[in-house]
Order: sequence, then C-alpha cells, then structure tokens
Amino acid sequence: MKDGWVMVIGLEVHCELKTATKLFCGCPNLFGDEPNTNICPVCLGLPGSLPVLNERAVEMAMAIGTALNCEIRPSTFHRKNYFYPDQAKDYQISQYDEPLNANGYLVLPDGFRVGIERAHMEEDTGKTSHAGTSGRIHGADYSLVDYNRSGVPLVEIVSGPDMRTGEQARAYVTELRAILVATGASDGKMEEGSMRVDANVSVRRSEDEPFGTRCEIKNLNSVRSLGRAIEYEAERQIALIESGESVVQQTRHWDEDAGRTSALRSKEEAYDYRYFLEPDLVPLVPDAEWIDRVASSLDPMPAARRAALVDLFATDGGVSDAQQDLVTTVVDLSLDPLVIAAASAGVAPSLALARTANEAAKSAEAAGRLDPASFVALLALEESGALTATQAKTVLAELLEAGGGDPAAIAKARGFEAMSTDSLAAAVSEAIDAHPDEWSRFCQGDEKDEKKLTGFFTGLVMKATKGQADGKAVAAELQRRRG
Amino acid sequence: MSPTGLGDAAALADGVRSGGVSAAEVLEGYLDRIDAREGEIHAFNLVTAEEARQAARAVDARVAAGEDPGPLAGVPVALKDNLCTRGVATTCSSRILEGWQPPYDATVVTRLAAAGAVAIGKTNMDEFAMGSSTETSATGPTRNPHDTSRVPGGSSGGSAAAVAAGFAPLALGSDTGGSIRQPAALCGVVGLKPTYGTVSRYGLIAFASSLDQIGPFARTVADAALLFDVIGGHDPADSTSLERPAPAITSVLDRGVEGLRVGILSEHLDGAAADVVARTRMAADVLAGSGATVEEVSVPEVKLGLSAYYLIAPGEASSNLARYDGVRYGRRVAAEDTVTMMTQTRSQGFGAEVKRRIMLGTYVLSAGYMDAYYNQALRVRSMIIEGFARAYGTFDVLLGPTAPTTAFALGAKTEDPLAMYLSDVCTIPTNLAGHPAVSVPFGVGDDGLPIGIQILGPALSEGTIMQVATVLEANGGVS
Amino acid sequence: MSTPERLSRDDVAHVAALARLELTEEELERYTGQLAQVLEHAKDVSSLDLSGVAPTAHAMAVVNVLRPDEVRPTLDRAEVLAEAPEVESDRFRVPRILGEAP
Repeated sequence: MKDGWVMVIGLEVHCELKTATKLFCGCPNLFGDEPNTNICPVCLGLPGSLPVLNERAVEMAMAIGTALNCEIRPSTFHRKNYFYPDQAKDYQISQYDEPLNANGYLVLPDGFRVGIERAHMEEDTGKTSHAGTSGRIHGADYSLVDYNRSGVPLVEIVSGPDMRTGEQARAYVTELRAILVATGASDGKMEEGSMRVDANVSVRRSEDEPFGTRCEIKNLNSVRSLGRAIEYEAERQIALIESGESVVQQTRHWDEDAGRTSALRSKEEAYDYRYFLEPDLVPLVPDAEWIDRVASSLDPMPAARRAALVDLFATDGGVSDAQQDLVTTVVDLSLDPLVIAAASAGVAPSLALARTANEAAKSAEAAGRLDPASFVALLALEESGALTATQAKTVLAELLEAGGGDPAAIAKARGFEAMSTDSLAAAVSEAIDAHPDEWSRFCQGDEKDEKKLTGFFTGLVMKATKGQADGKAVAAELQRRRG
Repeated sequence: MSPTGLGDAAALADGVRSGGVSAAEVLEGYLDRIDAREGEIHAFNLVTAEEARQAARAVDARVAAGEDPGPLAGVPVALKDNLCTRGVATTCSSRILEGWQPPYDATVVTRLAAAGAVAIGKTNMDEFAMGSSTETSATGPTRNPHDTSRVPGGSSGGSAAAVAAGFAPLALGSDTGGSIRQPAALCGVVGLKPTYGTVSRYGLIAFASSLDQIGPFARTVADAALLFDVIGGHDPADSTSLERPAPAITSVLDRGVEGLRVGILSEHLDGAAADVVARTRMAADVLAGSGATVEEVSVPEVKLGLSAYYLIAPGEASSNLARYDGVRYGRRVAAEDTVTMMTQTRSQGFGAEVKRRIMLGTYVLSAGYMDAYYNQALRVRSMIIEGFARAYGTFDVLLGPTAPTTAFALGAKTEDPLAMYLSDVCTIPTNLAGHPAVSVPFGVGDDGLPIGIQILGPALSEGTIMQVATVLEANGGVS
Repeated sequence: MSTPERLSRDDVAHVAALARLELTEEELERYTGQLAQVLEHAKDVSSLDLSGVAPTAHAMAVVNVLRPDEVRPTLDRAEVLAEAPEVESDRFRVPRILGEAP
C-alpha cells in the first residue's frame, strides 16, 4: 500500500447452502447435473406457482448467524425487482430491511475483529452460458440459460467496512470459509461457485477522513485473486485521486489473467429495484427455543478447535510457529479429530499433528473419512519403533487410498517388520568392518564430523537392509558402540 | 331438475352417483347449450369438450364399478382462464400467454377432479383479471346473457356468464377487488369471495397476490357452498393458505337469520343507483322480517378502499407480471438483444389496461414514491381492517349492494379507467381486509337487469354470510 | 404525508423503461393523463397523515410457514422446453445480453 493512504475494505460473501432441496421448492439442490433437469413451476417462475420456505435452509442460516455472533431476529422477505434472463420471475426473493441475522462479528486468528452487518437469506439465479468465441458475455452472439441453480438457497454475509489490508481480507475469507464449513451449511467451494466473494474497496488519506467513494469488485474466484484485486483496485483509485480525478462509484469486474479490474456499470445506470414485501411469503419469526436448539446443535467453530489442538501442547511449553501453521492447516481441512483421537490414545501430540498436517492432509477428503482408530493404531506402531517413519508414511498412504484397514496387516504385507536387535547389530558391524577409517574418525571426531558420519553409516545400514532398519535405532547402536 | 331444465349441481351429482343419470348425458346437455348460444355470449376462451367427455366417461365407469366419484360426480365446472390446467391452454385472455399449456394443474383443479367434477372449458376474463367488464380480454368481450348489449361485469365475466347462460352449473373465478362478486351481481348468479387463505392460490395466475382469492359461481347459494367446500382447505403449496380443516358450510346454510345482527353499510349506499339502493333496503326488510335485527352503520374508512386498492394491486401486479419476458414460455417477439426482445414482447403481448396498471404499479413502488403511495396504501389497509373490526364488534354481518349499478353497456367505460375502477367501489374493501363476502341475486333493476346484494362478514364467516344469502334467495331474490 | 407532484410525461417514460414497455408518443400522452387522474383520485390516501398507523401487507397474521427439506418430483424437461420460445442444447436460448446482471 502506498504511503500516506489507507485502504477500506468490506466484503459481501454469498454462500450456497448444502440443503437437499432449493429455498422455495422441492427441487434437488445439486451442482453439475444435466441442464434444466432440477426444475419445477416454482423455480422456473411459471405463472401460478408459489414459494414455500425450506425449514432446513432457515436452520442453516440461523447456524451461520449463531457462528458469526449475530442477533437472530424476526425477519421478512422482499422482492428485488429487475429484469434479467437468469432470474426466472424477473425478481429475486431476498431479505431486505429485516434480515434474519444482524450485528455480529468474526474474529480473525490474529485477534482482529471484523463486524458482520448482516447475514440474510435469498435465492440464487439460474446460470447463463454465452455462445461465441470468448465464452464471456461481451461479444457473445447469444446466450443459453439453465435454471438448475435457480432458487438454490444462499446466505449473503455482509461485513462492515472494517478491513484495511488485502491480507486481512484474505484472512477474513479464509476464516469465514472455515466457519461456514464447520456449521455444516456450506462446502465452501469457491472454485465451484458455492462461495462467491464481492469486495467493496475505497481509499482515503487517513483514518480520520470520511470514507472515500467505493467500487465493488466482482468475479473473485479465489482467495488469491481477492488479495490481488483489492490491491490493484486501491492503487487504481489512488492514482486517480493523485492525478486530480475522482473515483466513480461503480461495479468492476476482476480479470484474473490481465490482473486488473474494469468497469461493468456506473452509477448513472443504477437500478431501481422497487423492493416490497413478498406477498407470497409470511414473516419468519424464530422463537428463543428454536434459536437455542440450532445453537446447541452446532459443532465447535474453527477458533475453538484450533485452541483445543494448541492445548495438547500445553505441557510441552506450547506450539512453535511452525506447529501453529500445522494447527491451522489441520483445522481448515477439518482433520483435527484425527489429532485429538491420537493424542487421547497417548500418541505424542507433535507426531499426531505432523502426520495429520503433512501426510494425511495430502488426501484430505480420504483422511476425513478415515476411521480415527486405524490412524491411532498406525501412529502407535510408529511410536513403538515397530515401523520406521518412512514405513509409517507408506502405510498411511495406503490406508487413505484403500479407505481404511488394519495398519499392522498392511505393514506385514509390505514386509515392514521391525528388524530384530540382532539383525540390526549384525548390519551395523558389517558397515563398520567395511569402512574402518570412517569408523575411527567417528569415534574421535568433532561434532560436525560425527553428524555427517552418523548419516553415512545409517545410509549404509539402510541400503543393506533395504530400508527396513529404523534410522534412530541405527544411530543409537552407533553411539552405544563408540562407548 | 328445475323448470328451466337446468339441474342444480347437488341434484346432478346425486343423480350421477346413484346411477339415475350418466355424467356423459349431463355433459352433453350442457355442451348443447354452449353450442346454441356461445357464439353470441363468448363466455369461453376454450371449450374442452373432448377432455370433458373423457372425464365424464371415467366418472360413469367408476359409478358402474360401484365406486363413489365424489360430491361433484359428473358436474360440469367452467374454469376461469387464469387457473392452470396441465396440457390445456391457459391464457389469462392475454396475447402474451396465447397457447401456453402449463405443465401442472392448479390445486383447485386437482381438487375438482378428485371430487368427480368435469372441467368443461376455460372462461373468458379481463386480461390478467384487470378490469370490471371482461372487455380488456384479448379474445374479445363476453356479453351479458340477460342483455347481450351489456357487459357481464368482470374480471370473471366469462365464468359468471357461463353459469347465467346455463353453459355450466358451476364455475370458478378469482376475486382481487370484486372480480367474482361484481360479475355475479351483473349476471344474476351467486358468487362467493372466500376469506383470504381458505382456498389455495397455487396454480392461480397472480394478479395481486395479497388480495387474490379463488371462489365459486353457482345458480344457487347451496351449490356455491358445495363448490367452496370442495375447493377449500389447507394446501402446503401455498404459504398463505390457512392451516385449518376443509370448510363444511353446506351443512349450516338452513339455520336462518333469527337473532342475527345485520348492519347496512351506509358508505355503500352512497353513490349507488336509486333502484339498487331500493333493492338493498328491501333485502334488509326481508332479513328483519326473518328475525334479524337490522340497523344502518357507517364505516368511513371503506371510502379510502378504492384509492388504496389502486395503489396496492398495481404495485404487486407490476412485479407479478414481470416474468412474461419471452424467455421461458409464452409469446416472444424476436429482437437482436435481450432487452429489446423483452421490451418488444411485453409491449406487443400486453393490452392497454395491463400496461396501464404495470406502469402505475411500477411508479408507486419506485424510488421516491414508495412511501407516499404504496406504503401509505398499506397503512390505509390497516385502517380499513380496523374499521371493519369496529363494525363487527356490533354486527355479525354487513349488507349492501354488490355494484353501484346494474350491467352497463359494452364500451361505456372503456375510455375512462377511473369510471371503470369505480364499479368495484363496493367490493374492494373486503379484499383489503381479507374477509369473505357473497353476492346473491335479489331481483332486478328498473332496466330489468339483475341486482346483486352483497353480504360481508369477518374472517372465516362464510357459513354465516351464506346463511343470510340463503334467506334472501328464498325470498323473491332470483330474477 | 406530502403529496408528490403531478405525474409528468418523463415519469411515465421512465416507468415504462423500468417495466420493459415501449410506448408510442400517443400512448405516452394518453397514459400520462390517465395515470395522473388515478393518482389525483389517490390523494384521499396520499394526503393523509398516517404516521401512527402500521402498514398491513398480509391480511392474515400468519408466521413461520415452512416445508421440510425433502425432494419433490421435478418437471419433465421435454414438456417444459416444448413451451419455450427458443431452445438450444436443452437450455433456453436468448439473444445477446448487453449487460452483466446487477
């Protein structure tokens, strides 16, 4: 960020809810089906059809509101009127001045608090594809509409204008995504469009000045493009102001390839949405009992789950910075139950965390389905020395690929049986006999040499035993012999 | 069978259920009458003779198999053309929906079939139910069977005329500001606007969603009650459908009016023609003579109803009719880009009255005017509800004329929208309050044309207002 | 409540564009007069001071009408597309779209 300038960022995140059916009809809420197969009179906007609110969608929205520390309030639905071919009724049913969730906040992992102005329910539009060389709307010859997505439930989460850096915006989206996944309301897939982010960006010379004119940036398909787009946009606005021009309030499109934003529509074309109360729906008034029931059914949120992992290290003097990153990774991937299970079974937390974050995370989906018991059994084998680290990683990969199994049986089938002390000793003797010079240097050598030569002999033993030997056991044997 | 040769629906159903007459014979009788006079009346946009014959045969087969096809066994019913019928053109009398065949049935259509009724055709209406004379129809006006130089009223003029002309013993209409009661009055038949939420709107093509209700037309109060009992009751597909058991008013119609407190609504006498006022007072006398206590009562708030209605209904309509954009169904006018295509489609597809109301509604909802007009009208709506509540603290029902005049001449008001709107002045307040009201024929005016008396009641008082209508019907009302 | 100024031709032209309607000069003139007359009549409502009155949007006071999250039958695609003005690749075809969705 250029010196002498402050950026102000507010984010609007649309999140598709993982219900079985759409918001106002019983059509399946599925991504990727054949076009126009999940449609009925309601989501196709046929004359005479009427919406009926999905109870599960309401509960998911309430869960999101609870997780974001919002007040859950009596709410209503309005019609937002505008003509567009992907909008089946040519109006969108959305919550307007009485949203279900309001006045909440989200705390970033570094403790920074971002206000949540509202988290309201609305319906998604259909999907338009553009025929022509570009595949984009501009320059297309004509367009095709698929209404499978029409009426899919959305929660729009509107933050306060509280963020000041692209990094904060990225952290906000990352944390919000983790929270949404933790509520069970969303799969948080930005790449499939089930989570969509729009950014409002403005600049000013200091925190004391009033907000500058903002622009809304659309088409942010990843956390990375969000950060890039915000920084580009702030620079653009600063350059405008510094050259004596002014920022025009408008919606801008982020072009990932070109790395810049471009205007979609300026304020003079502003729509008049003619919001009015949706007469086909009645007010939604959750009572305290319902709100409590939803809140008590919520699983712990990411922040609490990270804290629980960190707690495992309390007796060892806490986590290192590197381990803190592993904790974040593990919770982001919802793999913390594996670490907790292993630690509860007596496995060292550092080993449980490392194997989960470094190895299990490579196949996070499979790891999420893995029976924690077999994961725990594997780590116990490694910890006891029955398996080397290399062998344990191989067995884990196989467990994940097969979707489970008995780690001991897999190790046996692979021939990963721990060497007897005698065989190990024999292999070490062989290596020493073959390299007497190195051995004598090892025996009298300085610290640096010793480390190098430990590696040298371990390598020889590993080679001779085809990797079956445990590196740590070889080093211990070498030390023992030196006396 | 009555001397006119027209059976009442209850008797027809009994005949069919007992095997005394076949549904097929009943149907052919009505189809013959349609053949004889439909060219002159134009009550229908579509007569579904073949589908009806099939349905009638199916009813007869069930009777032959010893089954009971239901309370409307073999009874032909005409359906207003804004009720969705699967595979059968449903047009709202608009060019924009010309030929559209819905892929689904309205809930009331399903319920009629389940009760053994035979759908005989789709009736003409003001385009999208916007009108009070059935003259805004894209298929041309319906004529009043009592005098074909006169309008049948509207917007459900086709349904009212069909019943009056003997084309069907029963019909369904929809009532947003009087669209069942006013044509019922002008055509000399019974028309009931039920309490908002008692009849499912699923499959009723919306005009103004917070005001629309489907209701029955019949030649007798008892038949209207029978049809209401069949179509009413909770429907989970309509969020505004009341969670109550299906109505059962047929059994309470004969309880009389002894001890009932009847208020004559003075605001509805103001501005009504002298002969209409005279008949209203005669109706009051009949009720008093039958044991009711009758007094005049003023509910000044109802005078604001017309203005509030013409802000609220167009507001909702402008949004409800946005979907006719040429993308998914119905008419499209080809153009180079989508905005032009939508604009051309709508400009050529909608008639003048529909455009007028869409523009009025768009205006009252638009930035800067919403508070002064639309929201203000919603406040007036509260006042009207309050006014009625006050009256119903003292009276069980209210009484007045259904329409200020008898049927007027075709073309008399087509160039003057406000004059046309004024013909709904007596019926509109009921819709704003969500209350039920029935129009029952009660004699004729100086011109020999039918006059309807309207009986209004609080929410869910269908049984009571129909008891009152039964008494009026029995005392020299029917023309 | 103060009553807005009399409806102008420009108001009607603006509203027609919002509603995706195209009017001829003659229609514009006629509708302006007719709508102004209706709004003039509505002054009995628009001129009232109703600041203390709550608006009523629903005649019947019902809340929390919900349906279970259960899949219901969908429509047959062929039957739906048969009613569409123009279809390509099982989608609804529309001419060029000039602007992004709002």
